[in-house]
Amino acid sequence: MPSNLPEVIGMQPNQFNVDVANKLKVVSLVSVGKHPQSGRMRRADQDSRAVELGLKLTGDNHSGESLTVLHAGDPSEPSLRSYAGMGLKSVRVLQLDPAADAILPLGQHLQQCGADIVLTGVRAESGESSGMVPYQLAEKLGWPIVPRVADIVSVKGGVAEVLQALPRGQRRSVMVRLPFIASVDSAAPEARQSAFGPASRALMDIEVVSASVDDVRQAWEEAAARKRPKRLKVVKAKTAAERFKAATAKSQGDGGKVMKNESAAEQAQAIFDLLKEEGVLR
Amino acid sequence: MSFEWLHPLLIATALVLAVIGAVRRVNLWRAGKPDRINLIAGLMAMPGRYLHDLHDIVERDKYMSKTHAATGGGFVLSALLIILVHLLGIDNQILAWALLAALALMFVGALFVFKRRLNPPSRISKGPWMRLPKSLLAFAGAFFVLTLPAAGVLPEGSGGVLLTVILTVLIIWGMGELFFGMTWGGPMKHAFAGALHLAFHRRQERFGGGRSTGLKPVDLSLAKEIGGVLGVAKPTDFKWNQLLGFDACVQCGKCEAMCPAFAAGQPLNPKKLIQDMVVGLAGGTDANYAGSPYPGKEVGNAKGGPDHIITDGLIDPETLWSCTTCRACVEECPMMIEHVDAIVDMRRYLTMERGKTPNKGAEVLDNIIATDNPNGYAPASRTNWAADQNLPLMRDVKQAEVLFWVSDGAFDMRSQRILRAFVKLLKAASVDFAVLGDEELDSGDVARRLGDDATFQSLAKRNLEVLSQYKFSKIVTTDPHAYHCLRNEYSDFGSDALDGVEVLHHTTFLNQLVQLGRLKLNNFSGAKVTYHDPCYLGRYNGEYEAPRELLRSMGIEIAEMERSGFRSRCCGGGGGAPITDIPGERRIADMRMEDASSTGAELVAVGCQQCTAMLEGVVEPRPEVKDIAEILMDQLVDPSVENPRQDRLAEEVH
Ligand code: SF4
Ligand code: SF4
Repeated sequence: MPSNLPEVIGMQPNQFNVDVANKLKVVSLVSVGKHPQSGRMRRADQDSRAVELGLKLTGDNHSGESLTVLHAGDPSEPSLRSYAGMGLKSVRVLQLDPAADAILPLGQHLQQCGADIVLTGVRAESGESSGMVPYQLAEKLGWPIVPRVADIVSVKGGVAEVLQALPRGQRRSVMVRLPFIASVDSAAPEARQSAFGPASRALMDIEVVSASVDDVRQAWEEAAARKRPKRLKVVKAKTAAERFKAATAKSQGDGGKVMKNESAAEQAQAIFDLLKEEGVLR
Repeated sequence: MSFEWLHPLLIATALVLAVIGAVRRVNLWRAGKPDRINLIAGLMAMPGRYLHDLHDIVERDKYMSKTHAATGGGFVLSALLIILVHLLGIDNQILAWALLAALALMFVGALFVFKRRLNPPSRISKGPWMRLPKSLLAFAGAFFVLTLPAAGVLPEGSGGVLLTVILTVLIIWGMGELFFGMTWGGPMKHAFAGALHLAFHRRQERFGGGRSTGLKPVDLSLAKEIGGVLGVAKPTDFKWNQLLGFDACVQCGKCEAMCPAFAAGQPLNPKKLIQDMVVGLAGGTDANYAGSPYPGKEVGNAKGGPDHIITDGLIDPETLWSCTTCRACVEECPMMIEHVDAIVDMRRYLTMERGKTPNKGAEVLDNIIATDNPNGYAPASRTNWAADQNLPLMRDVKQAEVLFWVSDGAFDMRSQRILRAFVKLLKAASVDFAVLGDEELDSGDVARRLGDDATFQSLAKRNLEVLSQYKFSKIVTTDPHAYHCLRNEYSDFGSDALDGVEVLHHTTFLNQLVQLGRLKLNNFSGAKVTYHDPCYLGRYNGEYEAPRELLRSMGIEIAEMERSGFRSRCCGGGGGAPITDIPGERRIADMRMEDASSTGAELVAVGCQQCTAMLEGVVEPRPEVKDIAEILMDQLVDPSVENPRQDRLAEEVH
């Protein structure tokens, strides 16, 4: 498999010109979710949207032939079955030590299985919840990453048209060459119901892998988050429309600027300056 | 009369064909799943069940009960005597006269059937059923004439060829309907299937007044068996005696006339549903169905067979999700058919195998699974409503006389007012009570009615586990749904947590307190009051009196609605119907509120938080809605309770 973008473009020319949907290989990565109110393990909301999107891309045909739902961790975790309850025949599990870093084995597996599209949630509901998994995988594999997608509209000729979710229900359409990784936003279509029958029937397709222990993580201590008192928001809006706007607005980030017409060099310079200013680059 | 050999031959032929048909029909039923029934005991009990249980229901319609007794009784007697007199040729004038009397009885009965069919109400099916009274008359009339010589009234051999031919035609017609049709699927099938259905009923305990639901726990291990399926996908997934039950339907439409979903124009008609089940078990289409359709759906497009998936072509899932599980149909059915259990059986398949619970169904089930309450609130906030109530927790006190089962009303602001009222009454009567607090979980009612029996079972087991740790002699709850689960459905899980425990609805318990003089009440001086019977309190548990007695104890004269008691109309809130929310032309709650308004009442007393929510959801102007506990609280004479005005202030803040 290719390890960087130019090679990808070079290797894929014919594959999707013929029949895309049948040969498309989608992998949805799932983690163990945690209900925000009860703290009970469950299927994670965004991850199950990733499975839903995977089902949509592979033609909903229940056989899951070209959709692999992949988890790295403990195969006996019951909440994995609730993903299977969406109508999957099996869930592929890379069994590894709970303390291990899953990135390496996941990356290897994805490379070997020849995935075209890898879908993940934006961030996990339990564990570190750093939201870094898709980025680290992309880095390992040398694939592009499209964060926060709401939908994948089409895959034609080795190129996917992807809708990214922006604040206030806006969407941005981007074209991405396969293979790529996308993290699925909460704006993506809701996951279908998980049914008890298929959930208990599904096969846990287990592969034992070993990976190095995540030392940094080991050193951490976990504690329940404490709720901090929040200042009440004073809504200054006068009309209902304004109140609605205020209530639904995601912060869009003040400042910033849109650079469309400048040259690539100018744009790059602007990004570079910003990163320096923010102290990301030193 | 000439051709002496002809009529015995015809009778014998008809009987043989009837037997062949019976064997075929029985085999159709036997395609269902096995069910443990004591066949002999059932058969022995059958006549008693016919005379008591079934007759009690038919008796509600005096005209029909007399008509049926004459026609049916006359027919059974005639059939036996015909075999003796005409088939076996026993020459005995007494027998012949007895036969004449039986036939006359049947004939008179059939005349009344005929009369009722002249201008039939819309609920009853037409089609072959319109032919039945004529067939009965033909049968009774022809055999009457045929028997006259044997009785010595006419000389043997009188009448010419013409009379013989006419009689023969009538006899063939009559026997075709009554013997042949009985087992080959004609209207008379109800007699054959109905008798056996009484004997082998799925819910045997029903005849002793048992309060079960036939919703036996689903064997969840089936999910892992090869070919195993949860719930009912195909007609053959029903128990064999359920199939038999469907076949007993007489298409009288009493269920249809009572069904709130049908009246609201939702796509459900319990009669059609049962007929579609018959189409399923026998194979074919619904083209011959001659009754009212599912509202908004044309008849003739449904196809099914014993091994076809029911919801793929025979029944639209929307039909199944329209039902509020109010049991009005079951209560009214003269054939004692169990519609609700069949509907939930099919919902189980849709939910547990297909993951197709409509609208908010999936979300609610997910919430129940993750947080043990349908709205997904933090489990640790279950007792927040009682922060100012200082309620004893079972965890602390370990035992109490009464365990107050709070139910999910704990999370709902309107229901909390009912809970507070009830607590105040308990305190006023100095009842030794405690609550489970955060250890209490959803009762599982909604999960079960939505077909998710896995979740119901998990909740039931965990609740029982908690209950088994404490000592109490009564459980009292303000929620009839939890009441039903605790009282009738938790017993399937082999726990002794509820052994010897009395499960009571709060109106029953409060009534006991009032009767014992532990609660003193002022007379109610307000306006006219009517009372709405919650389905799960009334029809499911037979409690019609306690709430009424409570109201009377405050000097209230109840202005009864036309549909009250066992005929009460559902508020529309049961069976997860507000969650699956299948559109109709009207809302059930609106219709129920119209029932209430038409009594002229200004206050509707209820005994259920779900009914309260549904009825209060009706737009004003309408009568006020209050739980009986709230009404009682306002009339309470108790110096130790703070003065009511402060209370009202306190409530406004909440
Ligand atoms: S199900 Fe019962 S009530 Fe309904 S039509 Fe049939 S016999 Fe009558
Ligand atoms: S239970 Fe109620 S809503 Fe359901 S079919 Fe029977 S009468 Fe209709």
